[in-house]
Amino acid sequence: MYGKRLRGLALSTFAALTLTLALVLFWAPNDAYLGFLQKIFYIHVPLAIVTLCGFIAGGVMAIQHLRTRDPRWDMRSYVAIHISLVFGVGVLITGSIWAKGAWGHWWVWDEPTLVSFLLIMLLYATYQPLRFAIEDPERQARSASVFAIVAGVFVPINFAIVRLSTAYVHPRTLSNISGNLPGRMQVVFYLAVVSVALLWVTLWRYEMTSKHASAQLRALKRLLGGDEDEAPARRSAAPSVTHLGGVR
Amino acid sequence: MAQLPLHTAGPYVAAAYIVFVALILLYVAIMAGKLSRIERELGELTELAQRTRGPGDGQDAL
Repeated sequence: MYGKRLRGLALSTFAALTLTLALVLFWAPNDAYLGFLQKIFYIHVPLAIVTLCGFIAGGVMAIQHLRTRDPRWDMRSYVAIHISLVFGVGVLITGSIWAKGAWGHWWVWDEPTLVSFLLIMLLYATYQPLRFAIEDPERQARSASVFAIVAGVFVPINFAIVRLSTAYVHPRTLSNISGNLPGRMQVVFYLAVVSVALLWVTLWRYEMTSKHASAQLRALKRLLGGDEDEAPARRSAAPSVTHLGGVR
Repeated sequence: MAQLPLHTAGPYVAAAYIVFVALILLYVAIMAGKLSRIERELGELTELAQRTRGPGDGQDAL
C-alpha cells in the first residue's frame, strides 16, 4: 500500500539531492560576507523548515485520528513526528557547526531562534516517553494525538514570536528586512527545500511501508494460529501493529 | 566579520554535509534491520503454513 511508487520516489529524491549538492558546490556563488561557510545554509535551513512542517503535519494527522478514530492516522502522525525528530537532530548539529565557524561558539544561549528550536525539540522528545508511559493502545493513541495537536499548534506560534523578536543575531532567510537572496542562491535554496521535503516524504513512506508490513505479518500470524501461544505484545512507544486493523 | 578562507571553512561545510548523510544512512540502516526481521518472520510463517498444509502441498506457489 505505502510501498507503491516508493522506488520511483526514492530515485527522484536521490536525483534531486545529488543535483542540489552539485549546484551548491559548483553553481551557487559564495556569500560575500560568510564566504564558503555559507554553503551549510543550503542544508541547515531546508532541514529546519521541513522539520517544523513535519511536526505540523504530525499534528494535522493527529486531528484526523481524533476525528475518524482510525488507528492508521495515529501511525501516520507517529511516523511523521519520528522522522521530523531525526531531521531536527540534523538541524541542531549542522546549526552548531555553522555557529562554530561563523561565531566561534558551538551554541549561543541568548539567540532566540536557536533556543526556540531547542525548546521545540525538547518538547517533541517527550512524545515517545509519553506514548511508552501509557499501556492501553486506545488511550495511548488518543493522548499522543492530543499531544501532537497541541505541540503542532505551538510550532508556528513559536516561529512567529521568534521572528517578531528584535534581537536579530541569527541570519533571516526569507525576510524583506535583511534583503532576499540573490538569484542563483535563491534557486539553489528552493531546490534544496524541495529535495529535503522529498527526502522526508520518501522516509515517511519507507517507515510506513515497514510498519504496514509488520501489521500484515501479525494479522497473518493470527490467521494461521501461530500467535496464540505467544506472550502478549510487549509494551512499545510505537502504535500497536495489531491495533492497525490487520491487513488492509 | 571577515570571510573565512576556504581551507578554514571547508572542514566545517564538509562536516555539516557528512553529518546529514550519516544521519540518513543510520536511519536507513535501522529500518533495513527492521525489514530483515520482517523477512525472517515471514520465512518462519511460510514454514508454518507449509507444515499446516502438509508436505508437498502448495510447493509450486512458493
